[in-house]
Amino acid sequence: MTSPTIAANTRPWLDPAAKPFISIRHITKRFDDVTAVNDVSLDIFRGELFCLLGGSGCGKSTLLRMLAGFEVPTAGQILIDGQDMAGVPADKRPTNMMFQSYALFPHMTVEKNVAYGLLREGKSKAEAYQRVAEMLRLVKLEQYAKRKPHQLSGGQRQRVALARALIKQPKLLLLDEPLGALDKKLREETQFELIRIQETLGVTFIVVTHDQDEAMTLATRIGVMDEGVIRQVGEPREIYEAPNSRYVADFIGSVNLFEGKAGPAAPDLMRVETGDLGPVVVPPVEALVQGQNVWLAVRPERISLERHRPEGRANVVEGVVEDLAYGGHLTAYRVRLDNGRVISVTQSNRLRDEDPISWDERVFAIWQPGAARVLTK
Amino acid sequence: MSAGAVPWRGLRRSAVVLLGGLAVAAGLGVLPLAADSAGSLALVAGGLAILFAAIELGDGFGLSRRWLVIAVPMLWFLVFFLIPFVVLGRISLSEVVIARPPYSPLWERGPNGELEIIASLDNYRFLLDDPLYVNAYLSSIKVAIVSTVFALLVGYPIAYYIARSPEPRRSVLLLLVILPFWTSFLLRVYAWIGFLRSNGVINNILMWAGVIDEPLVMMQTDFAVYIGIVYTYLPFMILPLYATLVKLDDALLEAAADLGATPTVTFLTVTLPLSMPGIIAGSMLVFIPAIGEYVIPALLGGPDTLMIGRVLWDEFFSSRDWPVASSVAIVMLIVVVIPIMWLQAVQNREAPE
Repeated sequence: MTSPTIAANTRPWLDPAAKPFISIRHITKRFDDVTAVNDVSLDIFRGELFCLLGGSGCGKSTLLRMLAGFEVPTAGQILIDGQDMAGVPADKRPTNMMFQSYALFPHMTVEKNVAYGLLREGKSKAEAYQRVAEMLRLVKLEQYAKRKPHQLSGGQRQRVALARALIKQPKLLLLDEPLGALDKKLREETQFELIRIQETLGVTFIVVTHDQDEAMTLATRIGVMDEGVIRQVGEPREIYEAPNSRYVADFIGSVNLFEGKAGPAAPDLMRVETGDLGPVVVPPVEALVQGQNVWLAVRPERISLERHRPEGRANVVEGVVEDLAYGGHLTAYRVRLDNGRVISVTQSNRLRDEDPISWDERVFAIWQPGAARVLTK
Repeated sequence: MSAGAVPWRGLRRSAVVLLGGLAVAAGLGVLPLAADSAGSLALVAGGLAILFAAIELGDGFGLSRRWLVIAVPMLWFLVFFLIPFVVLGRISLSEVVIARPPYSPLWERGPNGELEIIASLDNYRFLLDDPLYVNAYLSSIKVAIVSTVFALLVGYPIAYYIARSPEPRRSVLLLLVILPFWTSFLLRVYAWIGFLRSNGVINNILMWAGVIDEPLVMMQTDFAVYIGIVYTYLPFMILPLYATLVKLDDALLEAAADLGATPTVTFLTVTLPLSMPGIIAGSMLVFIPAIGEYVIPALLGGPDTLMIGRVLWDEFFSSRDWPVASSVAIVMLIVVVIPIMWLQAVQNREAPE
């Protein structure tokens, strides 16, 4: 169970000797005077479900399109399974793509759409349609084989697009906002469906998305992109709990950020002098110089609210509940501190009959020293 | 109806009477005007009178004004297509006579008052018996088909290129396609004579370059007719093709490439089928006018260029045989209507539910 080989097999990125399946090396793409992707290097391993996450215009789609062969990199190298992709046109690459718009051929039935790739390989019709039937079963569309795309719902189209991209058993499947066009409920169902299919077939997926929840749910690892560069690569938990920068901390989930100066180094707990909260105690951070500018990132759910001042505790601040939003399983509070700074706090609603903290109540916000993440950039 | 509508009503009624009177007066030649201006006046005044009368009647029956949107084009269709068609059909059933007008009535009273029917389908039978007409139809269809195919072969790459061009260039290119319409059609066909004749531009260049020693005979051949028709109707092919190609989603082409289709296969399996509506529309817009084309074969074609438009002209103006000419025209109409109906059927089948 704890043997390192198993851990390395399911999480090959932890093993420095593991051979990456896809190597993106110093890839840059410029359009006229705009640099869409700027010197990105990334290793992705076989069987991964890797999410490229970022806002619109961050370069994630351009990177995906370079992998598919629709765009030629200005500089850099892409290796898929050890093979250099330079000069290999889209129709010769071992990749398939699921388009954001699905790009289903409107003049062909579902069956013909899915068979398209196999027939281009020169497979016989009988064999192709045999495989199409199997694939349609996998995506649960066997009754819709003879329909045209315009006769399908959004979710059905999405599955046709997936089936069409998967039928050639690509080494690498590229998905551009695969769930973007679906409504929330369907999106949640489809997320798990995607994972099931990915695990069944063992294909490596690279998913581009702007939706952090989607990335969190789907991904083995996430690459957070911004302005053409990758800000951080890591497992969802790592990205959320240990962001490496204010940008990532702020982009994934919500966070309270406080600026401060590092106190003297200490073996146990160290202090950070913040402008908004006064002195705050955090676990010691290596390579931090006294007086250095730092930011503290505290997630709203790591802070708890009390009506009475807790005795003998560090990291207590006092304020007034300015606003709250009841969300069923949790309640989101906005607490205005006495110096005017507003912090976000979420409390899970564990008891049915508790007396909840309400508007305009005076409260104390407390967090554990370990709840805060110290950021230097 | 609001109170304000009442004075309008009176005004409209007097307009109907006035315009109607004017139309009748002009039509009968009572007014001191030249014949052709009197005719135009009669047409315009009559049309307006009918329009106002139609509004009046519509209001009288409590119909909504919305029907006017349909009624005006329907009226146009009735007056300028259906009625002339009926007149043509009627003439085609009569016999030619040396008189004015040069055709017989459809029936006569005999000396004893018995009804004598003159109307017959003899003219149509004559068209079938005389190989001249059958050949003229076949040759017209052939010329129209060949011209359409060439217009498609030339027009498709142009339309594709324009549709794939970035925006500012696209508008300029489209303008260039439409630009020739701003000069007279006749003038442009004449210009081709300057290019094609024995001492014309093309022959002079080829001889100067030493490619040929003797001028090529291009004028007064079928080749010149094809050039003329393809040149003239090319924009009608390009515009509908452009309209479908510009809507083609780039992602579909990328998807095809992604699934392993080479550019040629992508074109054949995705671009071409999806541009079918444009191909059909463009082909119809070239085929239909080409089949009845008169001016281009008359100017560029030779004596043996047989086309139904010329036969029609000869029957009307040289032989003065209106009945045969009318039946030629009616058969031509049928020949043209069949592909249109086929087009309609195809489009109805293709249309999503």
